[in-house]
Amino acid sequence: MRFLPTDEQSDFARTLRSLLGSAQVPAVVRAWSDGEHGPGHELRSRLAATGLFALAAPEAYEGAGLLAPELSLGFVELGRAGMPGPVVESAAVSVLLSELGDEALAKRFLPGLVAGEAWATLTLPGGSGGGPYALDADAAAHCFAVSDAGELRLAAPGEVLRSTDPARRLSRPAAAGGELLAAGPAVTRAAAVTGRWARLLTAAQCLGVGEALLARTVGYVKQRTQFGAPIGSFQAVKHRLADTLLALEFARPLLWAAALSTAPGDVAAAKLRCGEAAYRAAMTALRLHGAVGYTEELDLSLWLRKARPLRDAWGTPSACRAEVLRPVTPG
Amino acid sequence: MDLTETAETAAFRAEARAWLADHVPSSPLPSLETREGFAAHRAWEARLHADRWSVVSWPEEYGGRGVDLVHWLVFEEEYWAAGAPGRVSQNGISLLAPTLLDHATAEQRARVLPPMASGEVIWAQAWSEPEAGSDLASLTSRAVRTEGGWLLSGQKTWSSRAAFADRAFGIFRTGPDTPKPHQGLTYLMFDLRAPGVTVRPIGRLDGKPAFAEIFLDEVFVPDQDVIGEPGQGWRIAMSTTGNERGLTLRSPGRFLAAAGRLTALWHAQGEPADTALRDRVADAVVGARAYELFTWAAAARFAAGGAAGAESSLNKVFWSEYDIALHETALDLLGADAERADGEWAEPWIFSLAGPVYAGTNEIQRDIIAERLLGLPKGRR
Repeated sequence: MRFLPTDEQSDFARTLRSLLGSAQVPAVVRAWSDGEHGPGHELRSRLAATGLFALAAPEAYEGAGLLAPELSLGFVELGRAGMPGPVVESAAVSVLLSELGDEALAKRFLPGLVAGEAWATLTLPGGSGGGPYALDADAAAHCFAVSDAGELRLAAPGEVLRSTDPARRLSRPAAAGGELLAAGPAVTRAAAVTGRWARLLTAAQCLGVGEALLARTVGYVKQRTQFGAPIGSFQAVKHRLADTLLALEFARPLLWAAALSTAPGDVAAAKLRCGEAAYRAAMTALRLHGAVGYTEELDLSLWLRKARPLRDAWGTPSACRAEVLRPVTPG
Repeated sequence: MDLTETAETAAFRAEARAWLADHVPSSPLPSLETREGFAAHRAWEARLHADRWSVVSWPEEYGGRGVDLVHWLVFEEEYWAAGAPGRVSQNGISLLAPTLLDHATAEQRARVLPPMASGEVIWAQAWSEPEAGSDLASLTSRAVRTEGGWLLSGQKTWSSRAAFADRAFGIFRTGPDTPKPHQGLTYLMFDLRAPGVTVRPIGRLDGKPAFAEIFLDEVFVPDQDVIGEPGQGWRIAMSTTGNERGLTLRSPGRFLAAAGRLTALWHAQGEPADTALRDRVADAVVGARAYELFTWAAAARFAAGGAAGAESSLNKVFWSEYDIALHETALDLLGADAERADGEWAEPWIFSLAGPVYAGTNEIQRDIIAERLLGLPKGRR
């Protein structure tokens, strides 16, 4: 038992981190928010070249097998960089099609997803942890929808709604119509697994977002001077940042364990703590940056605005707490 | 990244579980914070020691099994899951012993460790003084050179179970004119029943008389009870506070067991519609798991040769605040019965309230986290 990333896993995360670190992601996010998806598509292709998307597909379809630990470490880096787009949803579609085991469907979509040729997005039934909205359907080549009745369709994305994070766009796929791809209990079962993966990867993204917010804020309080001293020397500031680090450090091992088991309770616990830690990091960042933290100009806003939607996406804290206690809740 | 137990570790777990099932007293011992309970817990330490379960991670020559941190964590998990008694020797085992293993002479280790392992000698800590708490380095109790040893004078306080314990350890000022307060301090051990020692019990918030202040009036300590070089006491004391102590003072097994009891309480008498309480029970379950996993990761880092350092401050803040939240949740589930002093949760709740203060206040720990882990500049406290 060695509960730490292997050297290989750490190297993979470092590769992504350095790729994203030099990709000027903030400019990509701002373009994405303005509806210019080109730079985001270009970055997706470069990410695919690292093998990231292959981690959510079986080897038979150009994938590397479904490797949740590696994929989760990768998604921490996507969060840290503030990567826009339906990253979780594309990986979730890949998991859905892998789990479904329909060869024709898998052949049709998986190699393209693995190669990073396009984004995909999806909605799942509420029971699988999904919400009513498909993320960034306007930028995705395919919008999948699984109904409560267990029908999987390629759905028309519907009207696009704005999110509090301008880099996220929401749409409610049409309830009927579109190409019926599969139906039955197998779809419902695959959707349940997919919901867990989406929740896990969102948790990973949250952890990365929280770490980015903490790092930027620590940097700021070291150089911002008031009363003749860096504000980071004041105890009130230090203690807020210590609490932020504490929440992130105790969320991380929950994420690792969830990635190892993908069990519902483990994944819910990871999502709960990673989501809360990221949101807490955002609130600390906002407070400690003072007024400049409340501006759109500062790149900090790109992470600040992500923290809350990601905390709630694919399982609100309340839903995750209920899941953790599901086996022991009195009837 | 791996959480699977080896066959060897699983066998160790099974052996511990079987032994505990056979030996854990069927009804709880009286509180170890009372004279009667202290004696009963001392006898329990002897029982553990007889089958080499009292200090599993120590070298075999001192009564241990020489196992690594992973095995120790497994033992602790089984220990608390079995509802075994609190450890009356814990301050010696978790604070003094690591210091001895790192800094003492072979003679000192051979003399001090075996009777600590058996419970024959139970140790109290003597760090704080009336005017030196968080600012421990400002302490003024002194040790003056005399023939063959030192004479201790001054006052120590907040010494847990010193009213019943046999010996104590702490740091004393031997070089009164040093430029900095943490210089000129010496780490030594002394007999709580030596001439010149007066121990005055102080009633605690939980009504137990186990807290004490220690008055020292020219108490003789032989040279053989000085640990390390005179004048190096601060460095020696601090080297173990940031080391495994952060991990071993409160094992995850303890909180996993408590979270299990809380979950059982929720299952037995929780109101499903009360989602506010449900959320807090869930947080307790998740918190115990997070603490356990954090510890597994730390154990893996140790095994790879890493040092804990300031990370033990994260650990300390986490468990102490977690412990209070867990017990408060239990009290809220109990409703009117929460107030009953004989209730299962009452005494541990009151005990949990001390957590953010002892072993270095959480305010000081947060300063350490900010300065050493985040690299923020030092400032006035």
